[in-house]
Amino acid sequence: MNYRAIRAIYLFEMARTWRTLLQSIVSPVVSTSLYFVVFGAAIGSRITEVEGVSYGTFIVPGLVMLSVLTQSIANASFGIYFPKFVGTIYEILSAPVSYIEIVIGYVGAAATKSIILGVIIMATAALFVPLHIHHPWWMLTFLVLTAVTFSLFGFIIGIWADGFEKLQMIPMLVVTPLTFLGGSFYSVNMLPSGWRTVTLLNPVVYLISGFRWSFYEIADVGVGLSLGMTLGFLAICMVLVWWIFRTGYRLKN
Amino acid sequence: MLAQPPIISVSNLSKTYGSGFKALKGINLDIKRGEIFALLGPNGAGKTTLISIICGIANLSEGSVTVGGHDINKDYRAARSLIGLVPQELHTDSFETVWATVSFSRGLFGKPKNPAHIEKVLKDLSLWDKKDSKIITLSGGMKRRVMIAKALSHEPQILFLDEPTAGVDVELRKGMWDVVRGLQAAGVTIILTTHYIQEAEEMADRIGVINKGEIILVEDKAGLMQKLGKKHLKLYLQGKVDALPASLAAYNLELTDGGRAVIYDYDTKGERTGITSLLSDLRNAGIHISDLDTTQSSLEDIFVSLVRAP
Repeated sequence: MNYRAIRAIYLFEMARTWRTLLQSIVSPVVSTSLYFVVFGAAIGSRITEVEGVSYGTFIVPGLVMLSVLTQSIANASFGIYFPKFVGTIYEILSAPVSYIEIVIGYVGAAATKSIILGVIIMATAALFVPLHIHHPWWMLTFLVLTAVTFSLFGFIIGIWADGFEKLQMIPMLVVTPLTFLGGSFYSVNMLPSGWRTVTLLNPVVYLISGFRWSFYEIADVGVGLSLGMTLGFLAICMVLVWWIFRTGYRLKN
Repeated sequence: MLAQPPIISVSNLSKTYGSGFKALKGINLDIKRGEIFALLGPNGAGKTTLISIICGIANLSEGSVTVGGHDINKDYRAARSLIGLVPQELHTDSFETVWATVSFSRGLFGKPKNPAHIEKVLKDLSLWDKKDSKIITLSGGMKRRVMIAKALSHEPQILFLDEPTAGVDVELRKGMWDVVRGLQAAGVTIILTTHYIQEAEEMADRIGVINKGEIILVEDKAGLMQKLGKKHLKLYLQGKVDALPASLAAYNLELTDGGRAVIYDYDTKGERTGITSLLSDLRNAGIHISDLDTTQSSLEDIFVSLVRAP
């Protein structure tokens, strides 16, 4: 293992995060606060409780997941797309590093950033609503797994994209809708049964459900299933990344 | 002294792009340890493709390459650790400082931190006073040097310079060549491509010419110059001559400047250039000379004649 290379890539990416601190950290905090004001205060005044938890409290895990998903993808996809775009990727490709090391460096940094972000959002939420975490270790497990999985997914998008438009396409057209429809702001059990079945095809439901369970012990689907789906998605992303590096897809001619 | 094994050995290397374009066709090339090797060829000849494959940026289609005895695919770590690459295009980060980007390169190649080495590299390349500047604020020539600094940050044994002096002013170019000579003195093998043939002529120990994906010639520079080096002797005549007498036919003289000069081509490697006898035969024929001029064909002439040859 070329640990120094992993460290170099990781620190390089983290330096990018600190350099864009305002955009990276402050803006998600602001948007989360807005969600609280709009959803928590406006809608929450009409829906008082969901499955025994006040609405404002209920949406916290969903809000955290929403940010972690979108930010993981955005960070990781940009992190690898940008060197491709400006050409500095030559150095990574010509360095004595394995693809596993490259992935650990880029995905590790992107995941670190979104985990930090998730924690900040939870802290922000705690200012608005009482927050109690029943299973902190499970919470952390879901948070880390989701951040890593979606950073990997972002990494794949970053390699696949050959223009800024494509870079935005999947997050905008697929991930954000799936997250909004994945029970961030409501319990799947509140839906009519037909819609409920459709919703269960949405992978994000399982992520949010498991994460919410670690907070309040309420879940739309079983925790084991949530964990299984998360790990399954992680495995799919890993296979895709392995294939990309094996074939040199969009990296090497 | 035993001949050392080549530091880079390319065998039967072919590259076909996805589009079906054959960029390289069965390249065989050995680079000797410690030499400066210049790779010349017109645009699209395959120079950059060849370098890209050796450095791991492009996949090869057929054949094999070893660097320091290590196969570039099976043992890519060992092979790539030896190489520093300065690509043709100016690919740099923008918002990082010079110091950060050069230190990053060293880490990427798995070398422990060594601020003293980075300092030396930056000073050698006249970048020391810019070490805390963001790269985006630098001029093109400085960015080029940052890329060289990045390549040298991990103390490579082999340095690839792909068109290193494109867009670099004369003063800077000289400084760059001083650095290259210093590296060679320190035992680094240097492979460069350049459009400035004078540079190859001035810098290189050996020259390879590549055209349409094939190596058409590899030769010691001196040997190449001698092998193909023709000299022109131009003799300016006193007065005008309408036709040359038959007694001078053996010299294949060319009458030029409206009969006021003759050109004699001779081979520098020949033991007898024939100049002495030509001069005496001219005098015997009553033709007197007012001035003379000799020119040697440059590497550029040789190169053009090689590439144009069918």
